[in-house]
Amino acid sequence: MAVATTTKTGARPSWSGRRPSVPAWAGTVPFFAYVGVFLLLPTGIVVVDSLKNPNGSWAVSNVTELGNPLVRGYFIGSLKLCLLSSVSGAVLGAILAYAVASGNPDGVVRRLYISASGVLAQFGGVTLAFAFLVTIGPVGLLFHASWYYEFPWGIGLIYTYFQIPLMVLVFLPAIDGLKVQWREASENLGSSAWQYWRYVGGPLLAPAFLGATLLLFANALSAFATIQAWENQIAYIVPQQISTALSSEVGLSNVNVADLLALGMVILVAIVMTGYALLQRRAARWLR
Amino acid sequence: MAALASVGETPVPVTAGRPSGMQARRRRRLNAFRYVVFTVFGLFFIVPLLAMARFSLEGAKLGTWSLSAWRQIASYQNTGIPPLLSAIEITLELAVITCVVTLVLLVPTMIWIRLRVQWLARTVEFLCLLPLTIPAIVLVVGLGPIYNRIQHYSLSALMLFWVYVILALPYAYRALAAGLSAIDVTTLAEAARSLGASWFSVIVRVIAPNMWQAILNAVLLTAALVLGEFTIAYLLLYTNLQEELYAISRNTPNAGVVFSTSLAALLFAFALLLILSYAGRRRRGRG
Repeated sequence: MAVATTTKTGARPSWSGRRPSVPAWAGTVPFFAYVGVFLLLPTGIVVVDSLKNPNGSWAVSNVTELGNPLVRGYFIGSLKLCLLSSVSGAVLGAILAYAVASGNPDGVVRRLYISASGVLAQFGGVTLAFAFLVTIGPVGLLFHASWYYEFPWGIGLIYTYFQIPLMVLVFLPAIDGLKVQWREASENLGSSAWQYWRYVGGPLLAPAFLGATLLLFANALSAFATIQAWENQIAYIVPQQISTALSSEVGLSNVNVADLLALGMVILVAIVMTGYALLQRRAARWLR
Repeated sequence: MAALASVGETPVPVTAGRPSGMQARRRRRLNAFRYVVFTVFGLFFIVPLLAMARFSLEGAKLGTWSLSAWRQIASYQNTGIPPLLSAIEITLELAVITCVVTLVLLVPTMIWIRLRVQWLARTVEFLCLLPLTIPAIVLVVGLGPIYNRIQHYSLSALMLFWVYVILALPYAYRALAAGLSAIDVTTLAEAARSLGASWFSVIVRVIAPNMWQAILNAVLLTAALVLGEFTIAYLLLYTNLQEELYAISRNTPNAGVVFSTSLAALLFAFALLLILSYAGRRRRGRG
């Protein structure tokens, strides 16, 4: 037994010593190569091309085209829709998350809502637009909403269908993190429910709430399929205009329009996600 | 703090009377609030699905019932667009290929990083979660030149898997990371290595079977993602299921087959994710 152990442990270093030429990180090369080609390279192409003219010469001044009224219009459309759907989604989602969190932690309702949220948060896209079309659209079975094709109201309502579940998923851990003891302590000190939420619960949840709202904002910003199936004749938001620019080269002259709009989106998403990361860190201080 | 503790220690009946009454009232109000919220939100989420189901069962005359839209799934064809069935086939094949490639790429890499190159862990995590923040529509713009190159070799829509793997990375990564952190990778690897296993068998035959649950999660999430993908296929001019549905609906507005197929795809995705949550529960029950 002892002999076997010594030979084994003795054998190991000599084995690994036999092949010093291949460093351990070499095993990760396929992963990095793949991600490099299909994630980093396309992003790089977008950034570089947006700073070039279609004929290939550098033109950093292209960035000023982001201030062009036409371009700005699409960004304002995007902001409107994202703001509407993320704020309404966040508020409604927070209410639903609170209702879910205040129930039995192992209950059927909670499990049902969490699994359903996981599914529905992913359920954007063409199918969702179809579902609303036959619910409140021109052929709606429930009723025909006259504002169905109004931007941003109709599409905003459709977006809340996947924003609310996402909010539940993101915000539920924060509500679960509120300790019963805090509520008991404030009640023992004589505070009302309003005072508890105003001075204890609210401030504790605020960073998590704002962070989740930003996440919803970014989520709405990058959505394309839903709005394309909702209305494909008029471009309201940046992704739609990118799609138009990709299929036809009209619009701004001398600029790679699609690349420029995409760069604008990357910048916007980067700002939003940085805010999200900072707020998450702030929220993690109390809620764990 | 001391005052609170002493309140807690005073004889129970004296202090417990009033608070428990208050508690009960609050509890009742809370329950009423919960039922209202669950009903309202439940309706909001269910009604559009029911409307779609009803529409898919609409007969030739308005208000009648018929299964024809569901039967059409297998046979639907229209001028100018590929048959529906071929789009379904392509999408299912894409789902399988994407799952396999994602796993082959991610599982060994993640295990290897756990075992040998810990210092790369943060970088890999960052790269895997990056696709969440780069919108698909942005990715498409940059993918144009790359797909031009790919199309020199193959025009098949199956080539979409290259980028679908990227889209699936965040979900697969998180599922696998959860599985990996639940097992003692180092001990398993050391045990296997000291018994003479090669690194290949350590990864494939020792560690991977211990995290099959996480692998299953990653597969289901990836498949659900591929089934619902539209943006990239549409803009790179490939036909997958979602693109096909979109094309049919533009061609023939309110075609029943659109709703039956949408619903079928949705139910399929629901089933996948239900398997996921069911398998997760059973595991937890045992542990």
